[in-house]
Amino acid sequence: MSDSAKQTLTHLERLEAEAIHIIREVAAEATRPVMLYSVGKDSAVMLHLARKAFYPSPPPFPLLHVDTTWKFQEMYKLRDKMAELSGMELLVYHNPEAMERGINPFDHGALHTDMWKTEGLKQGLDKWGFDAAFGGARRDEEKSRAKERIFSFRTASHGWDPKSQRPELWNLYNARKNKGESIRVFPISNWTELDVWQYIHLNDIPIVPLYFAAKRPTVERDGMLLMVDDARFPLLPGEVPVERSIRFRTLGCYPLTGAVESAAKTLPEVIQETLLTTTSERQGRAIDKDSGGAGMEKKKQEGYF
Amino acid sequence: MSETTTPADPVYVTDALIGEDIDAYLDTHQHKTMLRFITCGSVDDGKSTLIGRLLYDSKMIFEDQLAALESDSKKVGTQGQEIDFALLVDGLAAEREQGITIDVAYRFFNTEKRKFIVADCPGHEQYTRNMITGASTADLAVILVDARKGVLVQTRRHSYLCHLIGIRNIVLAVNKMDLVDYSRDVFDSIVAAYAAFAKSIGIDSFTAMPISGFKGDNITTRSPKTSWYAGPTLIDHLETVEVNSSLDADKPFRLPVQWVNRPNLDFRGFSGLIATGTVKPGDAVRVLPSGKTSTVTRIVTMPAAGAEPGDGDLDRAMAGQSVTLCFADEIDCSRGNVIAVADNPPEVADQFEATLVWLNDAALHVGRSYWLKLGTQMVSATIQEPKYSVNVNTMEHLAAKTLELNEIGVAELTTDKPIVFEPYTDNRTLGGFILIDKLTNATVAAGMLNFSLRRSQNVHWQAIDIGRAAHAGLKNQQPAVLWFTGLSGSGKSTIANLVEKKLHRMNRHTFLLDGDNVRHGLNKDLGFTEADRIENIRRVGEVARLMTDAGLIVITAFISPFRAEREMVRGLIADGEFFEVFIDTPLSVAEERDVKGLYKKARSGQLKNFTGIDSPYEAPAKPEIRIDTTRITPDEAASLIVDKLLGDA
Repeated sequence: MSDSAKQTLTHLERLEAEAIHIIREVAAEATRPVMLYSVGKDSAVMLHLARKAFYPSPPPFPLLHVDTTWKFQEMYKLRDKMAELSGMELLVYHNPEAMERGINPFDHGALHTDMWKTEGLKQGLDKWGFDAAFGGARRDEEKSRAKERIFSFRTASHGWDPKSQRPELWNLYNARKNKGESIRVFPISNWTELDVWQYIHLNDIPIVPLYFAAKRPTVERDGMLLMVDDARFPLLPGEVPVERSIRFRTLGCYPLTGAVESAAKTLPEVIQETLLTTTSERQGRAIDKDSGGAGMEKKKQEGYF
Repeated sequence: MSETTTPADPVYVTDALIGEDIDAYLDTHQHKTMLRFITCGSVDDGKSTLIGRLLYDSKMIFEDQLAALESDSKKVGTQGQEIDFALLVDGLAAEREQGITIDVAYRFFNTEKRKFIVADCPGHEQYTRNMITGASTADLAVILVDARKGVLVQTRRHSYLCHLIGIRNIVLAVNKMDLVDYSRDVFDSIVAAYAAFAKSIGIDSFTAMPISGFKGDNITTRSPKTSWYAGPTLIDHLETVEVNSSLDADKPFRLPVQWVNRPNLDFRGFSGLIATGTVKPGDAVRVLPSGKTSTVTRIVTMPAAGAEPGDGDLDRAMAGQSVTLCFADEIDCSRGNVIAVADNPPEVADQFEATLVWLNDAALHVGRSYWLKLGTQMVSATIQEPKYSVNVNTMEHLAAKTLELNEIGVAELTTDKPIVFEPYTDNRTLGGFILIDKLTNATVAAGMLNFSLRRSQNVHWQAIDIGRAAHAGLKNQQPAVLWFTGLSGSGKSTIANLVEKKLHRMNRHTFLLDGDNVRHGLNKDLGFTEADRIENIRRVGEVARLMTDAGLIVITAFISPFRAEREMVRGLIADGEFFEVFIDTPLSVAEERDVKGLYKKARSGQLKNFTGIDSPYEAPAKPEIRIDTTRITPDEAASLIVDKLLGDA
C-alpha cells in the first residue's frame, strides 16, 4: 500500500489526535494548568499523550499526585520513575488534617476517600492556584461521566452543576473563567477501557506491574480479595495472608481495591481477560457503591474528580 | 428477564476470536475506523431504547450492570416487567426522576469493522443547544420516527438542525415497527412524507429503514418480519458509510496553529491539528494572515521509547492528525495563525454574514462586544441586528430584533481584527465559531460563517498626514477620556461640570459629552431598551475616540450600568487614555436626593428599566478613580480627579 492510498485514520489515531489537541488548547489558554496523576493506566496514557503533544519540549505543566499514603508501594515507584522520564515537576499533596487525624481506610470508611481524595484535591488545587486540571476520566466508566463535557467548568468552591454545563461544539473549547473558578479537562473522555489497553500495548507505555498477574499475599474480606501490601494491614483474628495469583483491574488505595484471581501475565492476556469478563471495571472499587445509583454524580457535585 | 426481550444472537462481536487468538483480535481492533453519530427524535420515539439495544447487542453491558438494569426496570421502568433499555443510558438522577433525557450523553460500542461514538440527543424543544452540540462532531445522524406518529414537528426541527450543522449522512429510522404490525404501507407513507420535507430544506439524500429498537428488528440482523425491505440493517449501514475525516483529506491543506514549540534555539516547530488536506516535507506553505511563505522541512512526532530523536518524523500527515511542523525559514508564526498550502490559501476578512444558533438564557445584545473563537483565533466581535430568524418548525424566515435561547438567525458580524476563515460549508474548522460572553464567560452562541462581506476589502483606513500626536502636540496636552459612571442622581453631571471648569482654567482643551444632550441629537433615534442603551454607549464611545484623536480631553457622564459596555469603550480608546471614574453613591442616598424625581416614578412603576430599581447597576471592579460622595464634597471630588488625571498623564 503506498502512503498516498491511506485515506482513513484508525479510531486510535483519531482518539490520540483529539487528546493531543485538547491538551495543547489547555496549555495555550489556561494560566496555570496541572495534570492530575494517579499512576493508574488511564493516567499513564494521559501522560504519554502530554509528552507526545509537546515533543521535543517537556509538557509545560507539572504533575500533581493527590496522595492518601495508602497507595500500593509499586505505584509510588512508578510515579517517581515516570516524573523523571517525562522531565516534568512532580507535586505531591497530602491533606494535613487527614494526616494529623490518621485517617485510614480500615477505621474510617467513606471519610477516608472524602478527606484524602475529595478534600485533598480541592486543597491541592487551591494551594498552587491551578486554574485547569487534566484528569484521566472516561465517559464509558460510569453513567454521570457519560454526560460530562471535555472541559468541565467548576465554581470557585469546585462544585459541578450538571444542568448548567457549557455547550461544547466541534473541537472549540471555551477555557475562559473568572478568578477562582477552574476547569477540569478530560482528554481521554472518548476512550473506552479497551482503547486504553490497546494504546498501552501499541506504544509500550510503562504501567504498574500490579496490572499483571503474580503471586501476592492476599486475604478475602466481604467478597473482595485484598492484597496485604505493607505492615499497616490489620489482620483480623484468625486471618492469615494467602499467596494467590492475582492482578488488579483498577488501582487505588490498596485496602479499598479488590483484586481478581488471574493468570494473565502479558498485556494481550490481560486484554483478553478484560474482554471476556462479565463485570464492569469500577466494580472493584468501594466508592461507587455509596449512596445508591447516583453515587458518582453526587460525589462529583461535591468536587470529586 | 422475560422471553420477549431476549435479543437475536449478536453477530458482530468476535467472541470466539477473543478467546482463541487474542493477538489476531487486537490486530483487527487496532485497524478499525471510527464513526461518530447522533440519534435524535422526539420525546417518545425510543432513542434511549435504541442505544441501550446497541450496547446490549454488542455486549457492552456487564453482568453487574445487567443485574442493576433488571432491578431498576421493575422499580422505575416504563416497560412493565420487561427490560427498559432506556434506563441504561438515562444517566443523571434528575432525568431518572423525570423519565426524560436532558443532556447529551456519549456512548461507545464496537463492531468488527468500527468503533462507534453515539451522542444521545434530547428531543425537548428547550434543549436545542444540546442537540447542536452533539451534532457538531457527528459524521451521521439517525433521525428516529415513531411509526405510529409519523413525521412530527420535532422530526423536522432535528433534520433541519442536522442539515444546518453540515451532517451529510442522514438515516431515517422508522422505529416501533412492531407496534404497526410491520406494515409496509405505514413505512412507505412516512418515507414519502419525509422525502418531500427533506427536499424542501436541501437534504439531497437519506437512507430510510424500518426498525424496532425494543425488539431488535433490522438493528444487527435482517428481520424476517420486514421481508419487503431490501435495504441494509442499521449496523450494516453504520459500518460502511464514509466518515468526515476521509472527506476532509481531499481538501486544500490547512492547519490552525495551537502552540509554538521552542525547547531551545535549535528547534522551532508549529503544533496543531490538521483541519483539512495533507502535508509532506518539501511542501510550500503560506502563513495567514501575514501571507509569508516557506517550505515544510519536518513533520515531527514523538519517537517510540528507545528510538533516536527524529525517528518519529512522518513522511506525510493528513486531516485529523495532531502534528508539529518545522519550516526552512525563520518566519513569524504564532497561535491563531493558519498554515496553508501556498498557492491556495484561505481568505482573510473582518466582516461576515453568519448563521447563529443562540445557546444562552441571556439573549443576543446587538452591538455588544463578544469573544469569538474560531479555530485557534480569539477576537472581539459585534453582531448586527439579525436579518431574520428561522422558525425551526416551518423553516419560515421571521423579522427579528435579537435572538433568544434556542433561536436560529442570520446576521452580519464584525471582528476587531481580520481573521483567517473559509465558509462553513467548505471547512468546519475555519467556518465554525463560538461566541463567549465577556463577563460571564458563558458560551452563548454557535455560529457558521456563510461568506465575507465585500465591504471589508473595500473600506480602507484613510491614511491621515496630521496624526493624533500632531493634534495633541499643538494643544500641549495628553488626550484622555474621563468616563463617569454611577447611579442616576449620584452626582456625575455635577462633578463632571466642575472638573471641566477646573481643566478649562488650566488651559486644557476639553469637551463634555452629557447623556441628555447626546440623546437630543446624535442618538435621538434610540430608545431605552437594553439594545438601544448599548448602542447609545457605543456611539458615545466612538465619538469620544475621535475626539481623543483630535487631542481633546473628553469628559462623559452616563449611567452606563453595564460593565461589558464600559469595557467595550475602554477597548476603543488608546492604552492609558481611558479613566473610569466611579461616582460611588449608595442607592439609598441617590434615591433620597432624587433631583429629577425619577426614583419616585420608578418606584411607582411609571418608569420601567430604571437602573438600581428594576434594572441592574454593575459597579466597576477596578475603576481608575473612585469617588465616595458620602465623604467628600463635589468640589473636593473634582480636584481629586484633576490631580489624578494630570498626575497620571
